[in-house]
Amino acid sequence: MQEMVNVYFYGKQYSVPAELTIMTAMEYAGYKLVRGCGCRHGFCGACATIYRIKGNNELKTCLACQTQVQEGMYVATLPFFPTDKRNYNISEAEAKQKIMMELYPEIRSTLFPYTTLFRSPQSLSVMQYIAYAQRGDFEKCAEESFDCIGCGICTSRCPAGISHPMVGVLARRLTGKYIAPKSEHLAQRVEAINSGEFDSLIEQVMQKPVEELKELYNNRDIEK
Amino acid sequence: MFTAEMLESIKKVEATRAERIGMEPRRMTAEEKDELLRKFHPDYRQEGFQELKIGPNKGEKVPYELGTLLHSNSRIKDVPIDLNHVDYDVDVLVIGGGGAGSSAAIEAHEAGANVMMVTKLRIGDANTMMAEGGIQAADKENDSPQQHYLDAFGGGHFAARPELLRRLVMEAPDAIKWLNELGVMFDKDKDGRMVTTHGGGTSRKRMHACKDYSGAEIMRVLRDEVWNRQIPIADFTAAVELIKDDKGQTAGAVLKDMETGVYKVARAKTVIIATGGAGRLHYQNFPTSNHYGATADGLVMGYRAGAPLLYQDTIQYHPTGVAYPAQIFGALVTEKVRSLGAMLINAEGEAFMHPLETRDVSAASIIRECTERGKGVPTPTGYGIWLDTPMIEMIHGEGTIEKRIPAMLRMYLNYDIDMRKQPILIYPTLHYQNGGLEIGGAGFTKAIPNLLVAGEAVGGIHGRNRLMGNSLLDIIVFGRNAGKAAAAKCREVELGTMNLDHIQEYAGELAKADLHTGEVSPMLLPNYTFGMPK
Repeated sequence: MQEMVNVYFYGKQYSVPAELTIMTAMEYAGYKLVRGCGCRHGFCGACATIYRIKGNNELKTCLACQTQVQEGMYVATLPFFPTDKRNYNISEAEAKQKIMMELYPEIRSTLFPYTTLFRSPQSLSVMQYIAYAQRGDFEKCAEESFDCIGCGICTSRCPAGISHPMVGVLARRLTGKYIAPKSEHLAQRVEAINSGEFDSLIEQVMQKPVEELKELYNNRDIEK
Repeated sequence: MFTAEMLESIKKVEATRAERIGMEPRRMTAEEKDELLRKFHPDYRQEGFQELKIGPNKGEKVPYELGTLLHSNSRIKDVPIDLNHVDYDVDVLVIGGGGAGSSAAIEAHEAGANVMMVTKLRIGDANTMMAEGGIQAADKENDSPQQHYLDAFGGGHFAARPELLRRLVMEAPDAIKWLNELGVMFDKDKDGRMVTTHGGGTSRKRMHACKDYSGAEIMRVLRDEVWNRQIPIADFTAAVELIKDDKGQTAGAVLKDMETGVYKVARAKTVIIATGGAGRLHYQNFPTSNHYGATADGLVMGYRAGAPLLYQDTIQYHPTGVAYPAQIFGALVTEKVRSLGAMLINAEGEAFMHPLETRDVSAASIIRECTERGKGVPTPTGYGIWLDTPMIEMIHGEGTIEKRIPAMLRMYLNYDIDMRKQPILIYPTLHYQNGGLEIGGAGFTKAIPNLLVAGEAVGGIHGRNRLMGNSLLDIIVFGRNAGKAAAAKCREVELGTMNLDHIQEYAGELAKADLHTGEVSPMLLPNYTFGMPK
């Protein structure tokens, strides 16, 4: 006999197999998902979900696709939350504290102890990366926020109204473009290709008969 | 947590681990690989395929489930659509909100075109977001575009279209540079040199990565850039059929609001199909690593409008999908785990193959180990093979897994499996469609002059198998190219009278061939309700 548990989607009770995730349990119950379902493997942040276990006052947050159902789980999905993204031109931006404060001045607010408000499904120290952004330390902010999947759970629970994922992506783009060291070998290779240095070499390979290419392929040396 | 039987098998893996460090299993010969593929690769299972009865590829083989969609009528065959009422009127219509569609939209916008995106879910709900391992480009001194070409051409069984593969390898370094300048955080050393590794079938270390969030990092940046440019996005809006005109051109698409069901008309001078893959069709009942919307919609729409497919019968099964636990069955375990040194080990603790053979060979070899050789580890859903992840920490030092493949570590820790200390169980998962709509070197379909295709919906870039790291690359290279080409093309396109005649013509062909599937297509979303297979 399959073990079943009672879960409550938007307050309505369903009996579902215990090994299912919240997402597959909703489907088992008959929901055909349109919102609140994306990659189904924990990378896209589409399925932010809040729940309580009956008899326990703690409000929990999770991704529906990565969380197994439990007996007495009261579930509400959060398929959209109004995040406030501010627009900027990355080519004209400067990796200085000023840009962060101009675009997202609300991060100046006192930092709340978020850990009591929610658990990031990616286990991010959201408060820590916002603190780095506040100080203009974009590299650290980028590192600390790197695993963000943009589910928006932090934003939905923030008393200061901060759109954390947007702060993170700004810090990361500034880091990737301006702060991380430049790749000289990459620039040189692009220039060499653009100047036509590889044109005849690639043509030569393309023109070879397949039998010769098979020979070359099967005997090519492989970098250790 | 593992079962008692699995824990017993782990002891055998642990017993041989020390002697396997520093040892490199023999690679298979070309003949061994050919025989292995013929006997064990799912592409060679005849019952997984059917013959196309109508359309440009009539008489050719196609995966059974895709064939059913191609043998079905349009979902709007009997829906009155008023083409005189145009809801959106643009130069460039991009169908699809993944990496290819976003790259195309950015480049079309950069070129000054009036561009819009439509996507049936949200921008970024795409296989791009889930690509973990990396992106190839020959940008190191010991490497070259022609070496990259040779690796990809051989890995794809010498079937790639040379003009497409040439573009892929020649524009690869510029794709990396473009992404980097948009702010993508590639793994670099302190001097700015890209940290690059091998993938299955590469002869040079040219795999660039952003930890094991490579696709997610790229997608987040592209999405942010689309937003910054305020390119219009109709999300939760599916394209359901192309619109044509009386000159044989495409003239846009019929759209369907996924929530309200309302149909809308988008008129466009050029259309870019960037709808991605087909994993959610679950060919041969395989689980899939793909996102929820991977249902081959673009292939169906394009085919109905007269655009031929190429290599639609070749599918990539990623050798390492999750075999256990059931909650994440089929999820991707990045090839980077093997790039970092983890070996494939059978139930007896034996390293039965080189861990970095190409994906088709690796998948077939794992299937052989679990079937003919009987050395798989039993799981509730079938069998699995060990991927010996603790080797990574022994080779590269403690902390490597957390630093280089944090997503994998997190995914397994959710189910109380610590891959730093215990190996993980894997089995092939449906991962990628090697085939798709046929395009020429400039990115346009040959049948419809102002229709372009980019990304996984294209057939022929990779031939009959794709190397790791060449699909994140192709969505950027061919997405950018499509955006630029569409923006240039729209200046010379004069649209004629719009019509949907091809839908009725296709219906006539279906009736003539006596095909009645009882389905409509494109599928848009899979049906998982009431315990249907995932």
